[in-house]
Amino acid sequence: MRRRNVLPGLPLSLGVTLFYVGLIVVLPLAALVIKAASLGPEDYWRIVSSSRALASYRVTVLSALGATVFNLFFGLSLAWVITRYRFPGRRIIDAMVDLPFALPTAVAGIALTALFANNGWFGSVLEGYGIKVAYTPLGIMIAMCFTSLPFIVRTVQPVLEDLDPALEEAAQSLGGSDWTIFTKVILPLLAPALLAGLSLSFARSLGEFGAIIFIAGNQPMSTEITALLIFIRLEEYDYQAAAAIASVLLLAAFTMLAVTNWLQSRALRYTVKG
Amino acid sequence: MNRLLILGTALAALFVQPAFAQEQKLLNASYDVARELFVAENAAFVKAHPGVTIDQSHAGTSKQARSIVEGLEADVVTFNQSTDVDFLAKQGFVAADWNKAFPNNASPFYSFPAFLVRAGNPKNIKDWGDLARDDVHAIFPNPKTSGNARYTYLAATAWAKEEYKDDAEKIEAYITKIFDNVPVFDTGGRAATTTFVERGQGDVLITFEAETRGIEKQFGKDKVENVIPSVSLLAEFPVAVVDKVAKKHGTEALAKTYLEFLYTEEGQKIAAEFGHRVHNEKVAAEFKSQFPEIRLVKVDDVFGGWSKIQSEHFASGGTLDKLYGSR
Amino acid sequence: MSAVSSHRKPPRVGDNTVFRRALIGIVLVLVAFVIVAPLIIIGVEAFSKGWAIYRDTILHPDTRHAIMLTVLAALIAVPVNTAFGIAAAWAITKFDFWGRRFLLVVIEIPFSVSPIVAGVAYLFVYGLQGLFGPVLDAYGIKILFAVPGIIIASMFVTAPFVVRELIPLMQAQGRDLEEASTSLGASGFRTFFSVTLPNVKWALLYGVILCNARVMGEFGAVSVVSGNIRGQTNTLPLHIELLYHDYQAAGAFASASILALIAVLTIIAKVALERQGAGRVRKTAIPAEKTA
Repeated sequence: MRRRNVLPGLPLSLGVTLFYVGLIVVLPLAALVIKAASLGPEDYWRIVSSSRALASYRVTVLSALGATVFNLFFGLSLAWVITRYRFPGRRIIDAMVDLPFALPTAVAGIALTALFANNGWFGSVLEGYGIKVAYTPLGIMIAMCFTSLPFIVRTVQPVLEDLDPALEEAAQSLGGSDWTIFTKVILPLLAPALLAGLSLSFARSLGEFGAIIFIAGNQPMSTEITALLIFIRLEEYDYQAAAAIASVLLLAAFTMLAVTNWLQSRALRYTVKG
Repeated sequence: MNRLLILGTALAALFVQPAFAQEQKLLNASYDVARELFVAENAAFVKAHPGVTIDQSHAGTSKQARSIVEGLEADVVTFNQSTDVDFLAKQGFVAADWNKAFPNNASPFYSFPAFLVRAGNPKNIKDWGDLARDDVHAIFPNPKTSGNARYTYLAATAWAKEEYKDDAEKIEAYITKIFDNVPVFDTGGRAATTTFVERGQGDVLITFEAETRGIEKQFGKDKVENVIPSVSLLAEFPVAVVDKVAKKHGTEALAKTYLEFLYTEEGQKIAAEFGHRVHNEKVAAEFKSQFPEIRLVKVDDVFGGWSKIQSEHFASGGTLDKLYGSR
Repeated sequence: MSAVSSHRKPPRVGDNTVFRRALIGIVLVLVAFVIVAPLIIIGVEAFSKGWAIYRDTILHPDTRHAIMLTVLAALIAVPVNTAFGIAAAWAITKFDFWGRRFLLVVIEIPFSVSPIVAGVAYLFVYGLQGLFGPVLDAYGIKILFAVPGIIIASMFVTAPFVVRELIPLMQAQGRDLEEASTSLGASGFRTFFSVTLPNVKWALLYGVILCNARVMGEFGAVSVVSGNIRGQTNTLPLHIELLYHDYQAAGAFASASILALIAVLTIIAKVALERQGAGRVRKTAIPAEKTA
């Protein structure tokens, strides 16, 4: 099966890559893991499973889940509208999807806080209905929604664009309703891309800091995200605890990425075959 | 490849900073809410000592102390709690007897936690006891990360100790009540100010009197007003030369002169203008009308010193963690 | 353009007028609330105290220095990451070697790891209490709390950006062209510049643009390693935080408006590139390894 590779440049390109990744990515993360490991299993476990740390994981994971589910519907609708319909302003909407990628998270954070604080444009209206956003878990969710929205749109969009109309026509000629065709034909085709987008969006939400710190109430046990807890442990000079909790986030990120890559390789296999 | 080489050289040039001494330069690592104060102090100092540059760095003092230990080359520190200077002393960056190096426990001025309420004091908040009312939401930063908030926590405890005659259960219930009603914990004093004033959260902001006066000046009495409680905790603002760094920079003498300047009449006057209470009698008399009398208790008298406070209240597993855990 | 496909065909799924209008309506409203509103409020708040305050903030030496520092970080981090991105994409797509997938995952870590974790990790390497800090200090090399630390932290955060854009495209294009080129005697570099690069240049540019936007906007990692020295190690995002906490909300939003402007320009540049690349970039834009 495997051909002999005649292309040049493996030593150079791989050398540069490994050197750079080693220096910039692996070295600091290894230092972090070493620091965390210096704790010993018992202390490590006590720190990462303390009630406050557990509460912070819960806040972070639940908010990220909420944001991802919202983005599943919003992102899918957005991708659908952009690719399937023609209407004035479509191109602008298409372009705006990347804004959360390009806008610094700290800027997004202060802007969202200004909007959703109870004296802000949205906050003052919502307060009339008894809904508080800023300084509650809902605010964390909104910040996460904002920063991770483009992932779903941009992973689903190309697949949606390349969808073969013949498939739909065939299903239509067999008398399937739009809803049936969507759930039985289109959705399965989108599924790998959608899943990849969801896991990226989720991973990004787990790690978000800049946007959330401004809008979250930062209350221990209720609106304190894990990244903030690391920050606080650092401020208390408790480096090892900071490293321990950071290692949990690192593991989560690593797992999410592995899952994403696996999903993507499945998606690739699938589409190449088709 | 050439491009990489050039980049590499440029990077190398950036990393290795010239070791020779240039013009005299000091870096003052200070606490979060002291920004305006030191802008003014530095301007006055530079005027008296031409050719000197003073750089400023502001953040929570625990973060500053940690940064210095990690390599932030601050020549002097002007903090708002002595525990962080003690931490530097323990790490060998500051002389062990630093608080003898300058007058008044090396604290050129002082302040105490006071209240800032919305104009007209709609919730009628007068004293520490009011903070535990169901309808009162207090704003102060996280005591774990902010020296400012540590004083708040300790001052409330000090009041409760007197009020409840050292009844531990009642004191704990009181403090728990206050913490339960805090809607937002920011990491620093300034973030808390923004939350209270700009974002309209909470009914009362608790921070240093120096800060409440500054905010009142900044936003106007028609928005917020300053309330002085019946009793509060003396907050000293310790200063120290970071010997290890100053020696490396050759700035020991200048650093000393700079900190001494804070004790001069001019330095004290600027501090007073920014709402700090000062020791210099002449300046204190001049600003007397601005500063109402208040009974101040001392950390050493009420709690038996900072190291005891640290282990009982703020360390992992201390009283404060239990408060968080109770939510 | 691939969009041509939905033209004058029998109605496709979801082309029902009521549904169509409702869905467009909902999406437009959500976009307005979630994406447009934050952008508008930055502008509104920035000018809330008038044009004079805006101008004074932007022209203040500290702000100007923050802008310069941010640009400097981008000028170094972006080319380095671009060179790295090309090398990594070449190695990963043109060769098979053991651990290729793992390498890809490692390269992508910075993307989903919290920037705070990155900052903390750098403290453990270059801090005086860290692995190399004491040695570097002995030689008078300062990394943390100085410009190099800021640049390195920015490089970490944006390391995957260029690679991510290149890999799907280069993978899809296979190795045949390059192999043909080298078998005709072209050197590796020649092959890259005259065969590979022309095919991926739009994706490359798109990666560079996103990388640049992220470097300029990085907050979390930089805030840990910066030291917050005014006029020295304050980048623009840190300066925004500083102003925000300095009773100068208007000033903070004024500085934020510069970054927002950069963000908008980034997007305009991206759209322009898509036009140039005639949709090719779009299809490979983000992660799906799906290609035409």
